[in-house]
Amino acid sequence: MEGIRVSSNYEDVIIGLEVHIQLTNLKTKLFCSCNADYRGSEPNSHNCPICLGLPGSLPVINERAIEFATRLALALDSKINDSMFFFRKNYFYVDLPKGFQISQYNKAGGRAFADRGNITVKINGNKKEIRLNRIHLEEDPARLVHKGSIATSPYTLVDYNRSGVCLIEIVSEPVIRSPEEAREFLKQLRSIVQYTRISNLDLTGAARVDANISIKGHERSEVKNISSFKEVERALKWEIQRQRNLLKRGKKLTQETRHWDDKRRITISLRTKEFEEDYRYFPEQDLVPIVIDKNFIQQVKDKLPEMPNERSIRLQRDYNLSEFDSENLVLDKDIADFYEDGVNSVPSFGPNEYKQFCNWLMNDISRHLNEQNKTIPETKVQPKLVVDLIKHINEGKITTKIAKTFISEMMNGSSISKIIEKKGKKRISNEEIIEGNCKEVIKENPKIVEDCRKNPKAIEALIGRVMGKTKGQADPEITRRIMFKMLKQIGIII
Amino acid sequence: MKLYEYMAYELIEKIKSKEITIEELIYQIYERIEKTEDKLHSFIHLSKEKALNKAKQLDEKLNKGKPVGRLYGLPMGIKDLICIKDSPTTCGSKILEGYYPPYNATVINRLIEKEGAICVGRTNMDEFAMGSSTENSCYGPTYNPWDLERVPGGSSGGSGSCVASGQTPVSLGSDTGGSIRCPASYCGVVGLKPTYGRVSRYGLVSYANSLDQIGPISRCVYDTAILLEIIAGYDRLDSTTVDIKVDKYTEELQNPISKMTLGVPKEFFGEGLEKEVKNKVKGAINKLNSLGAETIEVSFPHLEYAIPTYYLIAMSEASSNLARYDGLRYGSMSGDLSGDLYEVFSRTRSERFGSEVRRRIILGSYTLSAGYYDMFYIKALKVRTLIKNDFQNALNQCDAIVCPTMPTTAFKIGEFVDDPLQMYFMDILTCPVNLAGLPALSIPCGFDTKDLPIGFQIIGNYFSEKIILNIGYLLEKELNIFRKLAPIKDGGN
Ligand SMILES: [Zn+2]
Repeated sequence: MEGIRVSSNYEDVIIGLEVHIQLTNLKTKLFCSCNADYRGSEPNSHNCPICLGLPGSLPVINERAIEFATRLALALDSKINDSMFFFRKNYFYVDLPKGFQISQYNKAGGRAFADRGNITVKINGNKKEIRLNRIHLEEDPARLVHKGSIATSPYTLVDYNRSGVCLIEIVSEPVIRSPEEAREFLKQLRSIVQYTRISNLDLTGAARVDANISIKGHERSEVKNISSFKEVERALKWEIQRQRNLLKRGKKLTQETRHWDDKRRITISLRTKEFEEDYRYFPEQDLVPIVIDKNFIQQVKDKLPEMPNERSIRLQRDYNLSEFDSENLVLDKDIADFYEDGVNSVPSFGPNEYKQFCNWLMNDISRHLNEQNKTIPETKVQPKLVVDLIKHINEGKITTKIAKTFISEMMNGSSISKIIEKKGKKRISNEEIIEGNCKEVIKENPKIVEDCRKNPKAIEALIGRVMGKTKGQADPEITRRIMFKMLKQIGIII
Repeated sequence: MKLYEYMAYELIEKIKSKEITIEELIYQIYERIEKTEDKLHSFIHLSKEKALNKAKQLDEKLNKGKPVGRLYGLPMGIKDLICIKDSPTTCGSKILEGYYPPYNATVINRLIEKEGAICVGRTNMDEFAMGSSTENSCYGPTYNPWDLERVPGGSSGGSGSCVASGQTPVSLGSDTGGSIRCPASYCGVVGLKPTYGRVSRYGLVSYANSLDQIGPISRCVYDTAILLEIIAGYDRLDSTTVDIKVDKYTEELQNPISKMTLGVPKEFFGEGLEKEVKNKVKGAINKLNSLGAETIEVSFPHLEYAIPTYYLIAMSEASSNLARYDGLRYGSMSGDLSGDLYEVFSRTRSERFGSEVRRRIILGSYTLSAGYYDMFYIKALKVRTLIKNDFQNALNQCDAIVCPTMPTTAFKIGEFVDDPLQMYFMDILTCPVNLAGLPALSIPCGFDTKDLPIGFQIIGNYFSEKIILNIGYLLEKELNIFRKLAPIKDGGN
């Protein structure tokens, strides 16, 4: 329902995204050897003359950054330029110690790191290719720290630890047609970034988005500084609504740059077109041109892991999973690795267990991870534990219902037998005990027993009571058989 | 003979043989500086105490038989835009007043930390190296030791005058459009602009980073060769340095040049060249002929575009290179901090930059702006390629190009202050070399009738410093005027 309403509402919306991803898996910054892992460090402690832009300092390219960018470009099917240079993007701001940012540029004789490329998303079950315009490398400016909202903070503090950290910018074509499509686009991009091992997007500030938004036939606005993927959908919805409201009131939209205030969850105007900055891009001649040869690209390609879309197809084939299941499973590489480790460890597992394992992973375990805001490697759960859990269920040692209560302990690394011991939750399959419980339930619930004459489904309610009495430990199949037998004996059912 | 009258290589020998101590040398050097500095103003800062301490340390090491590096405490003037750790580095600008870099330039590590040179002071310069007279220093001008009413040339004017007057035997300068060769010519000393990429620029405060290069200034070619051997070479901190072998320049100076062909560019002897300069340069060329070198005429069809091309590129780069100076993190700020951040930045930059620097930043920002970029900057890059090709064509026919360094001898202080374009024109024979990235040496080749020195320029192919030093060395010997120290007097006319 939601989908239908929404898509008609966004028919005339055009969105283009510029996604900035910090290459957090690089040890050093883009142009100096300072430690790039600044999170949690004393402010202004990861610095040298280069990333402070001191007079006389010169940048030196981090060659690993070129390799990382090559990985991403290959994964996104972008065309890597064989030679390129950096450009200076000139503007004054306290976060830029040199007064310019070293970036790449695809105009004025410059070339991006890579051109084109695409990301496939699924919208209402239909595949759609979202085309990319380009990918380029640039240095991160310093981090500005405000007290509360940027608009009301009495001061701005500058932390240069982030200054010079390597960013990769992915620019989409303006072909995204709704906030949901944007969300799906970012979901797939996040997955590809994880597979290429260039960044950990779970880190705060590792991904930032600028969005160009317009309603067909009207001027666009650029919303800057959306500081996480999660915020993008919210910011886009807000901005579209703002534009619509203005149009409804007969106002004209103007081309402007806006800022996403994530504290107040609104966009605020930074500047209009006539005050738009002229960045005076020109070549950075302190760096020599970068030449990327075919051999290098091939070497990087050979080391790339299987990408999520290929993996999804393979999982469907190898484990008989549905398209829906496999696509969800591969999104998070850690989850997909966990899955394959698990199901491959037991030769006797077949399609049923494959499906079971997938369900446990995508439902109960994922729910637990979301609640705890953790990734699977951050917990102590091992594929072997899930295998054990499934074996216990399938061998009739525990019920599915009980198994569900094991999840949080299993995530802490406890073995299934330990949990059973601790909880005393072994399945009861002793027929005498079950018979005793059934007898009591029949005695205590004459009304439900009477119902069973007309409504065969009422027997489920009696079985439920037995499960309640045994705290879910009674074997449901045995209980059902005994309950039928006893109701027959007293002539309730034939 | 006083110690300050000796060449650097002679002083090194005296210390090596323990004829004198390093402390004695440094002490006498400061005596000379103290006696002459009022008249010359070669330095922005002097660091006597630090230098004497360093001298004592090096003497102690020497006494214990420990190595002190190849330069044995050689005193040097260092242009005030080459970073020395914990030593004031102002670039001749008020905006960097009070700035102490926390690191050493690569050349400083090589000369001072590794080879034992001693910095006696920071030499005066046009603010951020923008000028040809050292009149643009925010700390006041330097005076030419041959005629105190005249400029020493620029922008490394302090580095030129301190060597010419015996304040230091050698110095370091930087050359963007002639900033080493111009003062060398006007002060009658030797100055070398190495090939772009031969000497690391790490720690050299950028003026126009695609043109800047650090180089030595000395009283004889041999001393320049000694310093170049030390400062030249690949540096991983400067991506534009090239990893090719550094020649043993000092060992190649006496090679015969009888098999060499020298190119004489007719355009370099055109309009604007003073007659006396022309005659002395021609005379020097004749001397080279007498040493067996053949001369041929070569042509530079695009020379007339060199000045606008050079200034467009230099100003564009400067506008970006100087964007970092806002006084917020280092240097000095306006006393008035009212208004928002941009107002404070603008006020600081308006107050603390001198007028020539402001002019070049504004022009450079303009030429990089949307709509003008293609018309100015891109076009300038294209002409730069044509000028490079002119040099390449000429150097395909000869081993080196010989010509005047400056079209005139030193002009009077204040002569061109109201006519920057006329001043820019002074770079006509030096700036094309920077556009091409080639090495060039300026050596004195005589004096005009006012007893002002005339510079002779030898331009070589990429990384052929060996050849131009070789030619310069033999010519210097042949002319035999290099021992002369400047008189430090008024010119009288
Ligand atoms: Zn750094």
